[in-house]
Amino acid sequence: MLTMLIDALARALGSFDFMVRAGLAAIGLALAAGPLGCFVLWRRLAYFGEATAHAALLGVALGLAWSLPAWLGALATAAVMALAVARFSASGRFAADGLLGVFAHAGLALGLVALSQIPNSRPDLIEATLFGQILTVSEGELILIWGGAALLGGALAWRWRPLLNATISPELARAEGGDPERERLLLTLGVAFCVAIAMQVVGLLLVTAMLLLPAAAARPLARTPERMAALAALIGVVGAVVGLQGAFHFDAPAGPSIVTAIFAAFLATTAGAALIGAARLERRA
Amino acid sequence: MIETRFAGERRADADEPAPRVGAPGQAPLRGEQPCRAAAPLAAAEALSLAYEGRTVLRDASLTVRPGELVTVIGPNGGGKSSLLKAIIGVLDPSAGMVARRAALRVGYAPQAFALDRSLPLTVDRFLSLGAAAGRRMRPARDAALATVGLPSQGGAPLASLSGGERQRALLARALLREPELLALDEPTQGLDHRGAARFYEVIEELRRRRGLGVLMVSHDLPFVMAASDRVYCVNGQVLCEGAPRQVSAHPEYRRLFGAGRGADAEAGEEVDGQEGRRGC
Repeated sequence: MLTMLIDALARALGSFDFMVRAGLAAIGLALAAGPLGCFVLWRRLAYFGEATAHAALLGVALGLAWSLPAWLGALATAAVMALAVARFSASGRFAADGLLGVFAHAGLALGLVALSQIPNSRPDLIEATLFGQILTVSEGELILIWGGAALLGGALAWRWRPLLNATISPELARAEGGDPERERLLLTLGVAFCVAIAMQVVGLLLVTAMLLLPAAAARPLARTPERMAALAALIGVVGAVVGLQGAFHFDAPAGPSIVTAIFAAFLATTAGAALIGAARLERRA
Repeated sequence: MIETRFAGERRADADEPAPRVGAPGQAPLRGEQPCRAAAPLAAAEALSLAYEGRTVLRDASLTVRPGELVTVIGPNGGGKSSLLKAIIGVLDPSAGMVARRAALRVGYAPQAFALDRSLPLTVDRFLSLGAAAGRRMRPARDAALATVGLPSQGGAPLASLSGGERQRALLARALLREPELLALDEPTQGLDHRGAARFYEVIEELRRRRGLGVLMVSHDLPFVMAASDRVYCVNGQVLCEGAPRQVSAHPEYRRLFGAGRGADAEAGEEVDGQEGRRGC
């Protein structure tokens, strides 16, 4: 099956190895980010994703300073940030929105300052971290991306029902014997995990886009949460391939091209739903 | 939170919650012991609840047994919903104890909750997400929807239902859990008189047929006084409790709801031999 996928990608993206690897990386990310992104949309975690992603920049700097892999540093700081923000917003001392804004921008600024202070920092490192370096993804990084995506997707599938119940109504979930706080923790760590995966592919500035846009594009087409998650993954995959093709043809940056392709899908489904769906609903009612 | 679990058997009388202190000079009478056929499904004892340091409920005790309809009444902001939520484990008490029968299956119909419009959810999917393992399939769902008066609405998006319809969808989900205890928070809000009457018929029938215990918060005094086995009048604390007739004669009740409700005492007579066991 993997060879079939690689063959198909080679046909779609040209027979350059780096394009096939880029395609595989983007598809792996899209498959996990689509369903997770639905929860980000449903639970209004978009700004929370931003804060987590920006914090990961600091982790990249720390990783460099301590000669650790960038993804490990990113994962660690993203997880710490995610847990801290989740904790603070639960205590209700600030409106969550304002608090997240503080953390998101502080994370970005601190990360950029820290990166500039690392002696062995490559000049292109900041750009690669912020905008991704999908065209230079190595086979080792591919394994990390697909392994991480499989872990994330598996965790979501395993906890799907309690995750949904905790999202629909925490009170109802608790009355029915669930533990919505545990599901919230799982999603919090899931976002941090996704940040570490997506950093390679689209860069930290567009991580939230890979979560939010496929889910938003899938929403008008779906009547159940399961279908929305599946469609979000599919739209992300198609967007990845189309975006990479576009990046190749127009010599545009790969990560932003992928996000642009998914945004086009969002415009299409939203406009289509507004035109067709509304009329159909009228008739049905 | 201190939580003990009842064994399945009958509790010794020594374990009964100690009498509480009600309003000054109105220590609740225990009354003659009624026939306690079954062990409680859930009970709160000397329960206090606080939000961010502010106490909303103090020293409340409440018991629900199988087959009983227990209703909590009182003014808004008096802690009725909080008491209900604490009994079923949604809220943790700041003091006191809540005990539930081991592995108690609770069906909870909260006051209508906000559903984010970005989450697509049909009534069917909403029901199957909460249902007991054996009752997720279409026939069980359809039967539950028919029971609550929402037949053939399974495919509709939950967000498209009116307030009253959503209330009934919540009840259908609660029923699909095959509950031993049904906890209903103002279940007839958003229903017109006929809808409310139908809703209560459904509850009554379920109670008779399945013997489930019902704990309800309600403003619907005529129904409460007609159908409840026991009424708790709550405003920051349990002001009085007992059979509907005792409660409606209680000064605290009359102070809260006015004395001019002649229909209440009348309605109280219809309760099938359950009244007259506990005074306030």
